[in-house]
Amino acid sequence: MKLCALVFWWQKHNIMKYKSLIINNPEDLMFGIAPKPVKTRRGLEIGGGQVYAELNFTLPIMSINEGTLKEVYNHYREIAEGALEHAVHLNSKGVVLEFETLLEMTKTPSIGVEIVKIMNDICEEYYQKHGLASEIRLTPNDLREFERPALQRTSKFLEPMVELFERGMMAGGDLLSIESTGGKEVSDEALMMCDVKGVLFALAVLGVRDMQFLWGKIVSLANKHGKIAAGDSACGFANTAMVLAEKKYIPKVFAAMVRVISVVRSIVAMEQGAVGPDKDCGYEGPFLKAITGIPISMEGKTSACAHFSPLGNIASACADLWSNESVQNIKLLSGMAPTAYLEQLEYDARLMNEALRAGKMHCSILQQLLVSSDIYTDPQALILAPENVIRISKAIVKGDSYVANARDGALTALDIIEEALLSGKMKLPEMETSFLPIFRDDLNSIPDSENDFIAMMLPMLDPGKFILSEYGL
Amino acid sequence: MNELIEKLLEAVEFGKVDLKSPYPPQLRGQDGSFELTQKAIETGINPQLILESALIPAMERVGKKFSENKIFVPQMLMSAKAMGASMVQLKPFFASGSIKTKGTFIIGTVKGDLHDIGKNLVAMMVEGGGWSIIDLGVDVNADRFVEALENNPGAVIGLSALLTTTMVNMGEIVTRIKAQNADTKVLIGGAPVNDEFCRKIGADFYAPDPQKAVEYLNKLAS
Repeated sequence: MKLCALVFWWQKHNIMKYKSLIINNPEDLMFGIAPKPVKTRRGLEIGGGQVYAELNFTLPIMSINEGTLKEVYNHYREIAEGALEHAVHLNSKGVVLEFETLLEMTKTPSIGVEIVKIMNDICEEYYQKHGLASEIRLTPNDLREFERPALQRTSKFLEPMVELFERGMMAGGDLLSIESTGGKEVSDEALMMCDVKGVLFALAVLGVRDMQFLWGKIVSLANKHGKIAAGDSACGFANTAMVLAEKKYIPKVFAAMVRVISVVRSIVAMEQGAVGPDKDCGYEGPFLKAITGIPISMEGKTSACAHFSPLGNIASACADLWSNESVQNIKLLSGMAPTAYLEQLEYDARLMNEALRAGKMHCSILQQLLVSSDIYTDPQALILAPENVIRISKAIVKGDSYVANARDGALTALDIIEEALLSGKMKLPEMETSFLPIFRDDLNSIPDSENDFIAMMLPMLDPGKFILSEYGL
Repeated sequence: MNELIEKLLEAVEFGKVDLKSPYPPQLRGQDGSFELTQKAIETGINPQLILESALIPAMERVGKKFSENKIFVPQMLMSAKAMGASMVQLKPFFASGSIKTKGTFIIGTVKGDLHDIGKNLVAMMVEGGGWSIIDLGVDVNADRFVEALENNPGAVIGLSALLTTTMVNMGEIVTRIKAQNADTKVLIGGAPVNDEFCRKIGADFYAPDPQKAVEYLNKLAS
């Protein structure tokens, strides 16, 4: 009864459930080991002492229509067969195949379901024949962003999304994820203007509320069918910022702020009952792992096929699944690209697993190398170093509103960046550092109370861009 | 150069919108582009000269600095806002025909694709280059491009896509546009497209960044 009362209280007051960290020491934030591992149907124990490859893939340049459906299905069949055959050849300990749907596959759920079925049959065949444990992560795309202003709660697109989740999990999609887009209509412009308050409003107010709405549904569907509600990614927010920073469109220090702010939004999936592994492109994963103890998927150097990043090595420091973001099914000299990327992932995982087998000291040395090779090259890498993840996470959980949580995390990230600059360990050009005092002033102007923050922000935002009632406000 | 024109050029280049605007810090407390344009008009400076000697050169400088990675997008957007404030003052002269733009540019993200950050940057820079913009938004099919072209004969068209599964829709749109008027110029942009794809679908130019789009359009207008 006491627990129920507590849950009701935090839901009623719309504050973050987590008040302390599950992992308090940086040395415990380690690849392959999560305090709350996730066991899958065919025997993967994600976060249970092994790192597994998570392969992500997409179609080559082609249209998806009735006339090409057979070809589409053949591509996915070829990808799954090629990857699993090579995994067996490499003595893989297990593989996750992430099926991230394209627009047409969610709009017409039967297409997405058929692809899950094709791949699940192949997973089962390799499990029966070779004992290879593999699972499918099903990630329907969030169709709601096709409507502007977004109808987050009343959109006609919710129905096919939910249908794909439900029928897809019954067809063999065991791990459920999404890159949900609540708040993106505000975030996109805020990112381009380096408007830290706008981003915080998008993620910590709108994003949080949409995650509560959406993940309540996903968790309930997963529980109904005995599947695993895995996690969400702030891809459309923090990864957009990361890619824009890579193109030198916005400062890297801003992209680092956005990543930290995104934690309070993505953690809502766990508050609603998601158990991990969190999604690969959610570089906020290490913070989620520290705070909640769930296993996470990460991607780094192996995702250069999809996007560049400054996080190639450091991203794997506490990964439980190691991913490649997405690669087209095209022919390379060695073979098909997804198979080639599976090999790269497997070798990275094999190295981490060898360290895990050898013991804590070996893990620690490997992690130190992964971290030290990236940490001071970019502020986005800096904040992902385990000691900084823990420090920022501790700041995040202190606040009494999602707004304060996000603000305090971002201010701590700013402290860490400024300390690294002052010590001379990290160097950034003046066009980057000139933004630091602006961000600090902006963050310091944000009140603790969510209501006060909303009142502050509404006159500054274009009311035609979003509908408050679609966020339950 | 006239002192007002010089000040206006500086205001737009550095994104000083109006007197109240705190940005950029070095111009705090000074007139912004809104007031400077008003004063220029009141002192009898030809509005076409205001456009051609202050606003367009300012945005050219901004585009160059951005291309050379010397400024970020927010600074470019502030310049665009400052230019927008000037355009408010110049609007009656556009309406009366005493100022002419270089032409009309119709832009949109193609069918099935919602990504608009790159498209918006191109639209902003092209507008800063002295063109009228018709932004059709995202998820735009061939019919809407053709309709916009019918309403704006002689316009140049820009197509944007970010996905490998939506870039293929560019081909159909280019075919429809060329069928409507074979002389219509179409430029394309977006992460997955390149020169080879541009040639393959019969488009006229691939713009790898916003500044290259402006340069191509300016060549067409010259």
